[in-house]
Amino acid sequence: MISFTLFNYWAVIVLMMVGFYTLISRDNLVKKLIGLNIFQTSVIMMYVSIGKITGGTAPILMESGDHGGEVAVDAGHAAVEVLYSNPIPHVLMLTAIVVGVATLALGLSLVVRINEAYGTIEEDEIARKDNAR
Amino acid sequence: MSQNLPALLVVVPMLLAPIAALLNRSGPAWVVAAGGSWFAFGAAVQLLRRVMTEGVIVYSLGGWAAPIGIEYRIDMVSAFVTVIVTSIAAVGVIYARVSVADEISEDRHALFYAAFLLNVCGLLGIAITGDVFNVFVFLEISSLSAYSMIALGHDRRALTAAFQYLIMGSVGATFIVIGIGLLFVMTGTLGMMDLAQRIPEVWASGEGDRTIAVAFTFLTVGVTLKLALFPLHLWLPNAYTYAPSAVTGYMAATSTKVMVYLLMRFFFTVFGEQFSFDRMQLDMVLMPLALVAILAMSLVAIYQTNVKRLLAFSSVAQIGYMVLGISLGSVLGVAAGIIHLFNHALMKGALFMAMGCVMYRIGSVRIEDMKGLGKAMPWTMAAFVGAGLSMIGVPLTVGFISKWYLVQAALAQGSWFVAAIVMVGSLMALIYIWKVIEVAYFERREDEDEIQEAPLSLLVPTWALVAASFWFGIDAGTTSQVAISAAETLLGVMP
Repeated sequence: MISFTLFNYWAVIVLMMVGFYTLISRDNLVKKLIGLNIFQTSVIMMYVSIGKITGGTAPILMESGDHGGEVAVDAGHAAVEVLYSNPIPHVLMLTAIVVGVATLALGLSLVVRINEAYGTIEEDEIARKDNAR
Repeated sequence: MSQNLPALLVVVPMLLAPIAALLNRSGPAWVVAAGGSWFAFGAAVQLLRRVMTEGVIVYSLGGWAAPIGIEYRIDMVSAFVTVIVTSIAAVGVIYARVSVADEISEDRHALFYAAFLLNVCGLLGIAITGDVFNVFVFLEISSLSAYSMIALGHDRRALTAAFQYLIMGSVGATFIVIGIGLLFVMTGTLGMMDLAQRIPEVWASGEGDRTIAVAFTFLTVGVTLKLALFPLHLWLPNAYTYAPSAVTGYMAATSTKVMVYLLMRFFFTVFGEQFSFDRMQLDMVLMPLALVAILAMSLVAIYQTNVKRLLAFSSVAQIGYMVLGISLGSVLGVAAGIIHLFNHALMKGALFMAMGCVMYRIGSVRIEDMKGLGKAMPWTMAAFVGAGLSMIGVPLTVGFISKWYLVQAALAQGSWFVAAIVMVGSLMALIYIWKVIEVAYFERREDEDEIQEAPLSLLVPTWALVAASFWFGIDAGTTSQVAISAAETLLGVMP
C-alpha cells in the first residue's frame, strides 16, 4: 500500500517521469524543452517539500515584548522557540529557478536559430536534411 | 591581495566577462579575455605553489566560516586542476584571436570572449569550491557558456549539436541536484567537509543507508553524463566536431577534465573510499564501462573520415583511461588518472589546435582533403605528429607517462587483463593517428604550392602545447610528484 505520509515524494516522482518521458519521446524541440522544464520543476518541488515541517512557520526570530500582545509570544523567554521550516532548501531553489530560466531561454533561442537554419524544429526532419547533403 | 587570491581566481574572469560583452568590439574584448585568462593562470600557479609548501588553503567567502557560509577549499587536487584549466585557457585565448576572426562573424566576437571568460570562471569555481550546491551553480555557469560557444560554429549542425548537449547536460545537472538534495535531507549540510564527516555516521546508523545510496547513484550518473563516460557520451562527438576550432581545442582539454575531477571529489572526499568501493562496489560498474569505452570508442574513431570527429571519439576513449584509473581505487591508479588529466589536456589540445590550423587554411578537416599537407603545411602537420605520438604513448612523451602509471597500477593489483586492454587501446590509437599521417605525408595534391603554412599566431600556441607534452614527458618528476600527492590527499593516505 502506498503510504500517504510520503505523498510529496510520489507527486515529485510522477512529475519527474512525465517530464523525462516527454523529453525522451518527443521529436519537436520545443516539446523537448517543455519536458526538460517539467523535469527540473519536479526537483524544485522536491526541495521545497522537504524543507516544510507540518505546523512550522516562517523562520523569523521572535523576541518577547515587541509584538504588542500577541498570544504566540511567551513573555518569560528572551527568544521563544518556534517550530519553523528550514529555509535553506527554499533559498537553494531560488538559484535553481534562475538556472532553469537561463537554460530554457538559451534552449529556446537555439530552437529559433535552428528554425532559421533548417526551416523546421522536428528532430527527424532535421536529421533527414543533414543526411541529404 | 594574495590573501584573497582564491576568490579573485574565480571573480576576476566573472567580472571581466560582462566588460568584454559591453566593449562589443573584437580587439578590446580579446584583450580583456586574454588579461583575464593570464591573470587566472598566474593566480593558479601561485596557489599550487602555496599548496605544495603550506598545505590546504581554506578561504571563507565573506568571512563566514564553513557550515554557515561557503568555503573555497584548495588542496593538491584542486590546485592541479586549476593549473590545467588556466594554462589551456591562457594558450587557447592567444590561439582564439585569429581562429575566431576566421570562423565566427565579426559582431559576435565580443560575446564569444564573454562566454569564454564565463566558462573559465565556472570551471575554476567547480575545481576550488568546498560546497556541493556551489558546485551545481558553477557547473551551470560553465555549461551554459559552453552551449553558446558551441552554437557559434558556422555549420548549421553546430546548432543541433549545441541543443543536444543542452538537453543532455541539463538532465545531468538536474540529476546532480537530486543527489545533492537527498544528501541534504540525510545530513542537513552542504559543505563537502561536513558531508564527509556525517555520511559515515548516517550510513553506520543504518537508517539512511538507502537514501545515501540513491544520492550516490544520482550523483554518479549525473557527473558521468557531463564527463561523457562511454554509454552517456552521445552529445560529445557532434559538439566537438561542429564547434569553432578554438572552442573545441579549449573545451576538449578542460571541461571533461574538470568533470573527472568532480567525480573523484565526490567518490573519495564526500562519500569516502569505503562507501564508494565497499558499499556501492563502484569498481564493478566503472571498470567495465571504462574498458568498453577504450576499446569501442577507439574502434569507432578508426572509421571516422572527419578528423575532428575522429579526435572526439578518441577523447571518449581517453576519458575511459582516466575513469579506469579511478576505478582501480589505489593510490597509484588514482594518480594515473590525475596525471592523465593533465597529459591528455596537453596532447588533445594540441591535436585539435593543429586541426584548427588546417581548417584555417583549407576550410575542411576531412581526411581526404588533407592530402599532401605534410609538404604544404610542414609545421602544422609536425605538431599533429608530435601530439599524435603522445596519444599513442611513445616514450619521451606525456602519453607514455600516463600509460606507464596506469599499467603499473593495474599490475600492482594483478589485473593482467586490464593492462593488456590499455596496450590494445594504444595500438588502436596508433591506427587512427596513422590514418591521418599517411594521407597527409604520402599522398600528393595538385595545389600544393598554393597552400601556405598557418600563421604564427596559430602555430605558436599549438607548438607551445606540443613542446609541453614533450617537456613533461621527459621531465615527468614534477607532474607525477604532484599527481601522487594529490591521489594521497584524495584517498586520505598521509605521506
